[in-house]
Amino acid sequence: MLTALHIAIVAPFIAAVFVPFLYKKLPKIHTGWFVLTIPAILFVYFLQYLPVTSSKQTVTAVWDWIPSLGIHFTAHVDGLGLLFALLITGIGMLVVLYSIYYLSKEREALNNFYTFLLMFMGAMLGVVLSDNLIVLYTFWEITSLSSFLLISYWYEREKSRYGALKSMLITVMGGFSMLVGFVMLYAMTGTFSIQEIIASAGDITSHDLFIPAMLTILLGAFTKSAQFPFHIWLPDAMEAPTPVSAYLHSATMVKAGIYLVARLSPVFAFSGEWMWIVAGFGIVTLFWGSFSAVQQTDLKGILAFSTVSQLGMILSMLGVGAAAIHFDSMDDNLYIGATTAAIFHLINHATFKGSLFMMAGIVDHETGTRDIRRLGGLMTVMPITFTIAVIGSFSMAGLPPFNGFLSKEMFFTAMVDITSFQAFNMDSFGVLFPVVAWVASIFTFIYSMMLVFKTFTGKMQPEKLDVKPHEAPFGMLLSPIILVSLVIVFGFFPNILAYTVIEPAMASILPSLLGEGEQFYVDIYFWHGWTIELYMTMGVIGIGTLLYLSLRKWVAVYDVFPSSLTLNHIYDQTVAGVEKVSSQLTGAYMTSSIRHYLLYIFSFFVVALVFVLFNKDAFSVDGATAPISVYEGVLAAVLVTTALVVMFTRSRLKAIIGLGVLGYTIALFFVIFRAPDLALTQLIIETVSVALFLLCFYHLPQISRKLENMRFRAGNFIVSLAVGLTVTLIGISANSSRLFESIAGFFPEASYDEAGGKNMVNVILVDFRGFDTLLEILVLAIAAAGIFTMIKLRLAGRNDL
Amino acid sequence: MKSNDVILQTATKFVLFIILAFSVYMFFNGHHEPGGGFIGGLMTASALVLLLLAYDIEMVRNILPVDFKLVTAAGLLTAVGTGLGSFLFGVPFLSQTFDYFTFPVLGELELATALLFDVGVYLVVIGVTLTIIQTIGEDQ
Repeated sequence: MLTALHIAIVAPFIAAVFVPFLYKKLPKIHTGWFVLTIPAILFVYFLQYLPVTSSKQTVTAVWDWIPSLGIHFTAHVDGLGLLFALLITGIGMLVVLYSIYYLSKEREALNNFYTFLLMFMGAMLGVVLSDNLIVLYTFWEITSLSSFLLISYWYEREKSRYGALKSMLITVMGGFSMLVGFVMLYAMTGTFSIQEIIASAGDITSHDLFIPAMLTILLGAFTKSAQFPFHIWLPDAMEAPTPVSAYLHSATMVKAGIYLVARLSPVFAFSGEWMWIVAGFGIVTLFWGSFSAVQQTDLKGILAFSTVSQLGMILSMLGVGAAAIHFDSMDDNLYIGATTAAIFHLINHATFKGSLFMMAGIVDHETGTRDIRRLGGLMTVMPITFTIAVIGSFSMAGLPPFNGFLSKEMFFTAMVDITSFQAFNMDSFGVLFPVVAWVASIFTFIYSMMLVFKTFTGKMQPEKLDVKPHEAPFGMLLSPIILVSLVIVFGFFPNILAYTVIEPAMASILPSLLGEGEQFYVDIYFWHGWTIELYMTMGVIGIGTLLYLSLRKWVAVYDVFPSSLTLNHIYDQTVAGVEKVSSQLTGAYMTSSIRHYLLYIFSFFVVALVFVLFNKDAFSVDGATAPISVYEGVLAAVLVTTALVVMFTRSRLKAIIGLGVLGYTIALFFVIFRAPDLALTQLIIETVSVALFLLCFYHLPQISRKLENMRFRAGNFIVSLAVGLTVTLIGISANSSRLFESIAGFFPEASYDEAGGKNMVNVILVDFRGFDTLLEILVLAIAAAGIFTMIKLRLAGRNDL
Repeated sequence: MKSNDVILQTATKFVLFIILAFSVYMFFNGHHEPGGGFIGGLMTASALVLLLLAYDIEMVRNILPVDFKLVTAAGLLTAVGTGLGSFLFGVPFLSQTFDYFTFPVLGELELATALLFDVGVYLVVIGVTLTIIQTIGEDQ
């Protein structure tokens, strides 16, 4: 049944239809203002579900799509889905507001922009609120498609198209693999509904398809969420307009993979592999992203790698959180805390990363560049932007009193806890996690500081800027101001989120831990005493500051890596290599030479038939043959001799005459095998075809009429010999194994009694099987029409037909 | 004009009718003896080819102003028509029947609907053969 919830999910799609009309009919008003209403209404609409989910209720509404295949558009609102829905609509609202001031209504094709953006918004809502895996996959692919369109928004730029194609290839590859995983889940559980799969999760852990399904689905999640080594599309996606980068590539789409991991945690978390893979990939991505970010000189480049790194951090926490299913009881809150941290950081990251992207967009908009080597000293001319940057970056670096500090502390706690794992024989490796996490945090600190201080402090270089920098209009600043306000609010009062948003989301991720009426204990606070996490943070700040100040001295370390070993290089080589190899492969056998194609066909014919003949043990020789008369022997000798002449003669004329002789000999065979009708027809038809051959010969161009030796090719010889032998073998086998009695006995009696004819052949042709004859004369008529048209309807000068 | 082909042309005038007669014989005989629409049609066509050899295309077209493409079409229509005709009697497509009748001069004869179908085959074969030969012959 269609409900308001379904309408809310598809509302952006419906609105997208009207965007071009509004753009054309009301050109005076920036189209964004109309679009703004959609996420605003949806945000308010989804807010009213907060009391529902925080009291552990869920809302499910089913709308049949393909009921016979078990595919229903089932909207399911629970804590996790609602958290994402609020992020999507909330950030969406701010991004649309920002884009109204960012994109000029005179210069840009706003109708395209907002249509794609609304498509994306609807698809994202569909992903997070669908309970049916196939519907989820459908929306998932629409996010890939609309993201592709948004990245290539300035399609006249080469780099935009490159980035769009790259992200498309990688995310669609992952999406397709995910579909395979979904189908495997269906094969194991017999349902596409996530809730039902979760309910039967305990039964499928030992199924053969369990691990393959997990790996394929994780591939989809990792490619979408830009995890190492699939993160390479995200930095190139920065060619998109900045509102798009802020929305898709920091707050929403890249979190779709995280959503999927969190959503399917109750299914897969029973296995240790899930935990180690998710946590392992997350921690590697965290390190690699933050390490690579320091190398960047483009503001959005830094932010892209920073996003990669933060996503890795969230994933690693989700991975550790999965351990709770194995070890925790409700009293011992050790690993559950990691899940809390993951969700909290998910929210925090959306706030500070969104504001930082908008800050980068403002800097780009007002100075004309995003290159930190050309920027500097903007603090005095752009004080508000500077404030935004400071709050966002410090929160990202994990400095108090912002919300990033809280989630970073909780992250360290989770990573320290992982060392106490005693299971899966991985305890010795567990100690690596906090070390890597700590080093990665140092790099996070360095690039966060670069982001602020390289852009806003130091000496301004007006000669390097295209325009004179000044503060952005208020409308543009409004969205980032709201976001950084949230950074501060969540920093000081983290517990306003605790039981409204975070705890219900945790209940969706770890449902098996909760008994009836129980709830998780969530308490996020600044001061937790002199613990190891605090020392780690102090170490991050201390060493990070030292390293940032000495950046010039050690930045050369990045040049140590040869550029031929980078993942981008490997991707480019792969794409180019695949194209090259496939074109070489195609070129190797598609030679446009009919000789070669015939060789393939005949070779396949021989191989397939001989294989089947002997594999199925079908070859047999039965001695029961009719006696051979002298006439047959003589005619066979003539036949063979003539065939050899036709093959080895140098003159075409001789070959034609030889073919005629062959035809007449066959007519004689018909005579001695007592087939007078066949003999008559064969004689006349052979005459006609020899005449036609002679006609062809007469019209040959002079140049090729000279005598030619038949060139001997060993391959042709072998293939033709093999074809001859194959057919002979099959003929012998077929003759010696008659499984059924022939129906020929029926006709002699019936042709006179039932059809009134004594010529059995003719009676079969016109009466018993007249239908064949009807179509054969049609074939003749078509042949005549073909010859007539080929000769009469030639186009002038087009002899290559 | 090949004015010196007197012997060929004269012989053709006689032989033509013998071949035509033989082809008609082959055609009608087909139900009981070797022959039938296909062979009959080919022989009729060969009689006309002989005419083409002895004279020329223009001449043959003047004495036989027939479009052989239409002959092909007429043959196909006849064959399909006999098939459709069986619907009038409520039997499946292309059902054939036969019976014996007594005619004033000829005596008792067997008439079969299969012969009508064979007429179609006969006409198609003549039409096809001569369309091909005329088309190729007129090609420059």
